Amino acid sequence: MSAQTLNVPGTPAPIPVDPQAQDKDDKFYYATQWNLIWWKFKRHKLAIISVFLLALLYLSAIFAEFVTPYNVATRFEGQQQGPPTPIRFIHQGSLRGPFIYAVKRKADPKTFKFIFTPDETKPIPIQFFSQGDPYKLLGLFPSSLHLFSTGVGKTAPPVFLFGTDRLGRDIFSRTIHGARISLAIPIVGVALSFLIGVVLGGLSGYFGGVVDEIVQRLIDFLSAIPQLPLWIALSAALPRDWSTEKTFFAITILLSIIGWTGLARVVRGKLLQLREEDYALAAQAAGAGQWRIILKHLLPGFTSHLIVSITNGIPAGILAETSLSFIGVGMQPPAVSWGVLLQDAQNLVSVAQQPWQLIPGLFVIATGLLFSFVGDGLRDAADPYTR
Amino acid sequence: MLAFIIRRVITLVPILILISIVSFAVIELPPGDWVSFRIESLRQSGLQVGEDEIYRLTSQYGLDKPAYVRYVSWVTNMLQGDFGYSFQWNEPVNKILAERVPRTMAISLMSLVLAWIISTPIGIISAVKQYSAIDYASTFLSFIGLATPGFLLALILAYFSITVIGFSPLGLFSQQYLDAPFSLAKLLDLGKHLVLPLLIVGLTGTGVAIRVLRANLLDELKKQYVVTARAKGLSEYQVLMRYPVRMAINPLISTIGFVLPGLVGGEVVVSIVLSLETTGPVLLRAVQSQDLYLAGGIVMMLSTLTVIGTLLSDIALAALDPRIRFGGVRK
Repeated sequence: MSAQTLNVPGTPAPIPVDPQAQDKDDKFYYATQWNLIWWKFKRHKLAIISVFLLALLYLSAIFAEFVTPYNVATRFEGQQQGPPTPIRFIHQGSLRGPFIYAVKRKADPKTFKFIFTPDETKPIPIQFFSQGDPYKLLGLFPSSLHLFSTGVGKTAPPVFLFGTDRLGRDIFSRTIHGARISLAIPIVGVALSFLIGVVLGGLSGYFGGVVDEIVQRLIDFLSAIPQLPLWIALSAALPRDWSTEKTFFAITILLSIIGWTGLARVVRGKLLQLREEDYALAAQAAGAGQWRIILKHLLPGFTSHLIVSITNGIPAGILAETSLSFIGVGMQPPAVSWGVLLQDAQNLVSVAQQPWQLIPGLFVIATGLLFSFVGDGLRDAADPYTR
Repeated sequence: MLAFIIRRVITLVPILILISIVSFAVIELPPGDWVSFRIESLRQSGLQVGEDEIYRLTSQYGLDKPAYVRYVSWVTNMLQGDFGYSFQWNEPVNKILAERVPRTMAISLMSLVLAWIISTPIGIISAVKQYSAIDYASTFLSFIGLATPGFLLALILAYFSITVIGFSPLGLFSQQYLDAPFSLAKLLDLGKHLVLPLLIVGLTGTGVAIRVLRANLLDELKKQYVVTARAKGLSEYQVLMRYPVRMAINPLISTIGFVLPGLVGGEVVVSIVLSLETTGPVLLRAVQSQDLYLAGGIVMMLSTLTVIGTLLSDIALAALDPRIRFGGVRK
């Protein structure tokens, strides 16, 4: 593909028909590679929307305390296992701002199931930018401002967008807070895989011979074995009493030990391919050193492909973290991650009765999808010279 | 062909050695060894454990020797069919493996076949009708298949199975057939319980398979022999099925190499959610209670069988494609 790289300046420009087309062509021929990639990526609407939504997701995770009405550990007595609170707009036939009805929980005397009945006489308006649980923004600035809530203190009837868990904690607040770990682990994990992959793939592609053979067999091996059972088994090495940070770090290392193979393959393949290009020979003839050739001339040729592989590695990381935490060998409560939240859904009977416990799972799927779309758009854009 | 098979079997040896090292790491890495765990549990149950007893256990399991000696003895024992002892089950590990591992492999392989059955027509249609509604729908579906963790799919589908159909898909058999002798009704019951796991595990492979098949077929359709076939006056169906599809399916067989590990792993997690009596729940409990010879044995067996499955697919591919058989072009 990248053989076309060289052709671009040499390609005769099409015979100009009108000056505007001429301008456009000039712009195309003189554009940098990154400009071309960006233009091509912009045409992929789905990818652009996905980037926007992912940015929104990451921002809400960073400012989770502000976005959510309650803290992760805040329990609401008498509100355990409650369904999502409907946000209403019509009270006794008249339209008004968003409000909720207070909900009363009662046990059904026959089935012992809880019944939640809304009190439809008194609407409780949802307040925006209101005071609530105190917190420290970014761990630094004390604040108690929340994006929305139904009022201060525990006397005000609470609003639960996604319902509550069996301890009466707000699943919406916990999901957004859990996004921190669930979204950070794949990023850190991929960064580590990137390091290992680029170094080993680079060595393998550059030196060839025995080094190449060893690295290739290692890759063959790692991609030939079922990873999840191996992860589960290796997680036995993580002590249960480790702090959240330590477990977090251990899991990212576990992920990257296996996740680097894809990147190493791309690096090696591209290095081998680009090494043979005329411009590499030209650089050599001009007296450039090996490292200068690699870093200055070869690396830019496949940076875009690296970004694609990185993007594609992230969903796998999210899946791995949630799967491990879900079956109880990854992150452990009181840490909050999507996998930890889904632990509550392990019991199928409780899922059948409280399906809203699966909502964190929808976030897992959505995030994986968004990253896949971005990766797809990037893959199309990575070779900008194929029009 | 024989030379090819021999060559491929020889390359298996270093991979098997690596698998055994990693599985041994599973046994060795966790803090504490199982003799101290065993002594701890003996003491908790009120038994007096003296120094000489500790020494006897330690030397019996070779824990006083360096790691590489233990590794060699573990491997030699394993080659003789002795995978060690599971104190949690109070049974030899190979007995548990013999019962559970074939089930995991059977479900994984059946899911693979199911994935192909689903993905082949979809892949062909979406390549032939590129950028059509069907193409977009199948792309979207395969993305969802790739983005959804198996356990989540299992939860969601089990939820619908319980609430909508009123059928509990847990386990391999319903309660009344659990200890019943073999009968047609029992087989039917097993079939009903297998639908969901096969669908869930298969769906993860379907996404990959659709995308590979579609990409390959798109490449093939551009080639000149397709034009030639058309020029000869073959019907559109014949043009498609006789050459390009055959060519595009070849690489699909080679995808077993990277689809099968995912399916086996997926089966392990799904069987934990649906409490199927396969390796999944056993592995999880073994890990939680530090029953590490069992955990290491499961990883060892699953990895080995997966690698052998990949080898078989390579041989099948060589049988189908003479270019590979004669060591010429390798993709």
